Amino acid sequence: MQQVAVSPSRTSFKLSDLWSEQKSRQIIIQIIVLVILLSVVGYLIRNTAANLELLGRGIEYGFLFSPASYDINQSLIEYTSRSSHLRAGIVGLLNTALVAICGIFLATIVGFVAGVLRLSSNWLVSRIVYVFVEFSRNVPVLLWILLWHGVIIHSLPHPRQAIATFEGLFLSNRGFYVPKPLFDPQIWWVVAALIIAIAGAIVFARHARTRQELTGETYPVLTINIGAIVLIPLVAYFFSGAPVELEMPIFKGFNFTGGLVLSPELVALTFALGIYTGAFIAEIVRAGILAVSHGQTEAAYSLGIKPNWTMRLIILPQALRVIVPPLISQYLNLTKNSSLAIAVGYMDIVATIGGITLNQTGRALECMSIVLAIYLLISLGISAIMNWYNKRISLVER
Amino acid sequence: MIKKALVVATALLGLSIFGASSAATLDDVRAKGFVQCGINTGLVGFAFADDAGNWQGFDVAICRAVAAAVFGDASAVKYTNLTAKTRFEALNSGEVDLLSRNTTWTYSRDVDLKMTFVGINYYDGQGFMVPASLGVKSATELNGASVCIQTGTTTELNLADYFRANNMDYEPVTIETNAEARQNYLAGRCDVYTTDRSGLAATRASLDNPDDHMVLPEVISKEPLGPLVRHGDDLWGDVVRWVLNVLIIAEEKGITQANVKEMAKEPSKDAEMNRMFGLEGEYGAMLGLDKDWVVNVLAATGNYGEIFEQYIGENTDIGLARGLNALWTDGGLIYAPPYR
Repeated sequence: MQQVAVSPSRTSFKLSDLWSEQKSRQIIIQIIVLVILLSVVGYLIRNTAANLELLGRGIEYGFLFSPASYDINQSLIEYTSRSSHLRAGIVGLLNTALVAICGIFLATIVGFVAGVLRLSSNWLVSRIVYVFVEFSRNVPVLLWILLWHGVIIHSLPHPRQAIATFEGLFLSNRGFYVPKPLFDPQIWWVVAALIIAIAGAIVFARHARTRQELTGETYPVLTINIGAIVLIPLVAYFFSGAPVELEMPIFKGFNFTGGLVLSPELVALTFALGIYTGAFIAEIVRAGILAVSHGQTEAAYSLGIKPNWTMRLIILPQALRVIVPPLISQYLNLTKNSSLAIAVGYMDIVATIGGITLNQTGRALECMSIVLAIYLLISLGISAIMNWYNKRISLVER
Repeated sequence: MIKKALVVATALLGLSIFGASSAATLDDVRAKGFVQCGINTGLVGFAFADDAGNWQGFDVAICRAVAAAVFGDASAVKYTNLTAKTRFEALNSGEVDLLSRNTTWTYSRDVDLKMTFVGINYYDGQGFMVPASLGVKSATELNGASVCIQTGTTTELNLADYFRANNMDYEPVTIETNAEARQNYLAGRCDVYTTDRSGLAATRASLDNPDDHMVLPEVISKEPLGPLVRHGDDLWGDVVRWVLNVLIIAEEKGITQANVKEMAKEPSKDAEMNRMFGLEGEYGAMLGLDKDWVVNVLAATGNYGEIFEQYIGENTDIGLARGLNALWTDGGLIYAPPYR
């Protein structure tokens, strides 16, 4: 016969047992802390609302639809001073997105190149990269932004004496001017050709993989696909009669007119953010590569796998598992750091809705809540994408 | 910018905690023993730190005068340097007791932002400064120019309106502070710097070669600048308003920093002066101040004209003429209601 032990608390339950038992005590403490936290937050919100009410200023977002009345120097969409505050906010949001994307692109390239070079067996190269990384990441990013901006506006000449590099490309302290492509309707042929080429490349890659699995024979997939993606649209471009004209920037009066301009603010911000974050990414990449034990390389070599295949098929996939999670937080940092744009007068979301609109309308709470929500959305979006990618490359447990 | 966001957030937090208790500012000021005054982060002539590190200037003098009125001691002031962007939240949240920071009196600031402008101490207008080498003689020739502007000011809106009305294009280069705007202007990032003409004169005076730069003749807006307090405390508003008024009346009557003590010794034939000096009636008590508060104010800062000449007048580097800011008796707009 088995003895069943009946705990005495089952039969005689006392309220004080909740406290003396560790598990329930933890829960009680957590509930108390949560209640205190919520009441503090609630108190702040209620009090702010009450005080705003006292001042006769409730929270309302109607001002978003009245004319903004100010001009913005860089806008990816149509915008005049007669447009609404909402539109000014969208202009700012797009500018934030532009600098974040450019910055992430640059940071990734800088980071991966520097990270790999840092491991180079060449003493000079690895030391130079070491110095670069330490200098870049140990100076506050705000200083980098101001430095880059200062260098551009002080060292480059006035547009009147702009440095002409190639035809139609000018460097000046008012920005970098490049020819602006003007598209004929015929351009759709080229776009269509590009889409077809990419689709074809995907199909071909699939086919190559199946074939390799079945027969073990391989194609030079990468070379063929890059060739196809470049050549097919190029052929379409000439057959449809070269439907792109270039609008050259021309100096007139005070500034260049025509063409596209990359403002010094955009360039300074992109470089500062890209290089600063790139230095952090370099260390992440280095850590990731070092995390894959050298035995993996040796094993691959002993199986007769070529060095670049070893890197691509064995080292990198394992390193990426270590690299991607911290990489996500670097991308998020970069995006959030782009809010320092106002220091050089780049018109991002903080400078438009969170700056000029806030100031001209005095709606601080409303404007700040919008900016907050937008940054939250952008960050969660980047997180979601990178987490998806992380899941895709992570080890599949069998 | 994160720092700005923090300031705003702090201000909002302040709003939530101190907002309700701000009904009797004069009592609060007395209790803490000093006036917390919001001033510019640095504008030659209007608010600048002297060699000893003390804040001085045309706007700072108002802060000192208010302190002299309340405490009889012009040094009982603590300063908070505010950018154009942070100034209103700082005042509304109770972080500062008054704002004396070349701030334009406008309808929406008065009505929507719930500010009380107590008067005008400088009649200004927006202008343009350009390098003389540019060869521009009028603002109407500025089509296509890059223009540096300080963000968070009325000048931003005036500029957009002016260029739109004149069918001209421009590139706005938006900048946070006067110092940064100066840097960008000198580096040639912009062709033109625009702000209130008094600010232009101050900035020009601080350049290495002021003669290489000129202020264009156009005045594109009305910019009445003055001290302000938040809505809802009329008594405190009255204190600041009448400090400004007695400075003006004193100039009218020829009462100066040097002679005020002498004149206030005994009653004269001028009844208004007797009332101001506390020799007749209980005018100080009506405002909750000492009998001789006007004497304290004038002994500390001098009259309006003296303050003007000391900091921004024609004998200073800034060299502003009185112009619109002359007394009404001299053909200007400076006028105060009677002390009666």
